[in-house]
Amino acid sequence: MNWEAIATTLKLATLTSIILMILGLPLAYWVAFSKWRWKFLVEATVALPLVLPPTVLGFYVLVAMGPQSPLGRWYQSLAGHGLPFTFEGLVVASVLYSLPFAVQPIAAAFGSVDRKLIEASWMLGVSDLETFFRVIVPQSWTGVMTGLVLSFAHTLGEFGVVLMVGGNIPGVTRTLSIDIYDRVQGLNYSGAATTSAVLLIVSFLILSVVYALNRKVWFFAADRRHRQEV
Amino acid sequence: MLLIADIDKRFDGGPQVQASVRIPHGVSITILFGPSGAGKTTVLRCIAGLEKLTAGRIVFEGRDWTNLAPQKRPLGYLFQEYALFPHLRVRDNIGYGVKRQTGIVDRVAAKLKVHDLLDRWPSELSGGQQQRVALARALARGPRMLLLDEPLSALDAATRDHVRSELALLLRSLGIPAIVVTHDWVDALTLGDQMLVMSGGRVLQTGPPQEVFTRPQHREVAAAVGVETVVAGRVIRRDGGIAFLQVGSGGLAAADPGGDDVDFYVCIRGEDVTLEKGRAEQSSARNHLSGLVLEVVPAGVLTKVVVDAGFELVALVTRQAVEDLGLIKGSNIFAVFKASAVHLIPKS
Repeated sequence: MNWEAIATTLKLATLTSIILMILGLPLAYWVAFSKWRWKFLVEATVALPLVLPPTVLGFYVLVAMGPQSPLGRWYQSLAGHGLPFTFEGLVVASVLYSLPFAVQPIAAAFGSVDRKLIEASWMLGVSDLETFFRVIVPQSWTGVMTGLVLSFAHTLGEFGVVLMVGGNIPGVTRTLSIDIYDRVQGLNYSGAATTSAVLLIVSFLILSVVYALNRKVWFFAADRRHRQEV
Repeated sequence: MLLIADIDKRFDGGPQVQASVRIPHGVSITILFGPSGAGKTTVLRCIAGLEKLTAGRIVFEGRDWTNLAPQKRPLGYLFQEYALFPHLRVRDNIGYGVKRQTGIVDRVAAKLKVHDLLDRWPSELSGGQQQRVALARALARGPRMLLLDEPLSALDAATRDHVRSELALLLRSLGIPAIVVTHDWVDALTLGDQMLVMSGGRVLQTGPPQEVFTRPQHREVAAAVGVETVVAGRVIRRDGGIAFLQVGSGGLAAADPGGDDVDFYVCIRGEDVTLEKGRAEQSSARNHLSGLVLEVVPAGVLTKVVVDAGFELVALVTRQAVEDLGLIKGSNIFAVFKASAVHLIPKS
């Protein structure tokens, strides 16, 4: 077992999920409630990583981070080194790659919050921002958790983008999926099998959590039982 | 004026609501009455700031509210289904909009008799309890006016009568002006000081409820109202579930609603009144009032016959019946209706 790769992967997935929560909550709010007529363009952009081959996404991210691009030069002047083939670069790419997995379930949950509850909050003098944290988020926390868990799981298993942007530097950018690929290339099938099994089990457990979260029976059983009595 | 609302609201490709609402100082409860789709709730939402006006203005106590955010308007809004926050206990629901909770939650809860429910979840409350909690939540913020959207429609019929009279008492005791949206004429008569009848996005008539019910100025109002006879009556005797009332110089029998009230609005729908030439020997109907025909006017497919039976009683009958009975102004006639067709609404 390559513990170094496991540590890199977990660190990457955790950081990506945290950043996606910070970016994803406001973005999902905007997607759910904006009435802007060109909103669909933003929605399509957010969803792009769902359909694009990871190599394509990785290629553009690589070019955008490279020394030829203003963004790359800006980062270089700031950090003293470029983004490609670093852990930071990998985080940026992962955030973009997993964006739809965070934004879409959260936006769907926000959109299904009873409008009356939001309006009731306004009529009690509570600001939009405070309403967001006191009504919208608590009312859609299964969606928020789903977004969080899915972006974590999705980052665990990414391969193409990591290879394009991060390369294969042990302890820095070599993640589990790269490690497996490496072992197969080196005809080390038993090593690949162990790592693959770990990823399979972890992924299955995480997805089970997502589906369990979305089965409201666990959390609202008491609530519903009572409603039937009334 | 406490409130001046000149509302013009156009929905994309949808209906238009144009209504002018004036509430003078001192008017306690204003009823927005009309069938569903009349635009009543839109008017209420515009006053609350939940809908932006297409044109017009809203002025409250001399301040222009037209472009003011809903959060900035000191109003209490009661939603149709009460909209309690399901993830908060009753205590936190009531205290939701209160910045500094110096015992206000307990005081309001006690006033609305929900202090025993403070630790419950909204899903554990009955409809009537939910309504009181929602009212407590609106009141905790100290609003200058209450807006109630169909406050009784989420309740079943048995609960509704009880909650209605409680609500009437409560709204009067609060001393806060209120606008109540309803399509139920019993609500309008029980709760209202002033009433606006809306239909098709417009205000058709304004006045005290009893006057609007008895003297609808438009056919739409009469149709929306649906009750042709509304007169004041006083119980003179109660006997075996029947109340005998003095109404004008006449009298009638009605199903006794119980309670200690003596003064009522007597409401009779025109369709429930039968006209007869002679007095039937035996009939289950308790009321056989003799009277003079005052007026015979066409009302759609039916004809409206106004009879002076000691008070003005309206019957809606077919044109055929008018011809068969030879009804003209001045005819002698018996007006027949069951005690159960008389609806009594306490005046207090």
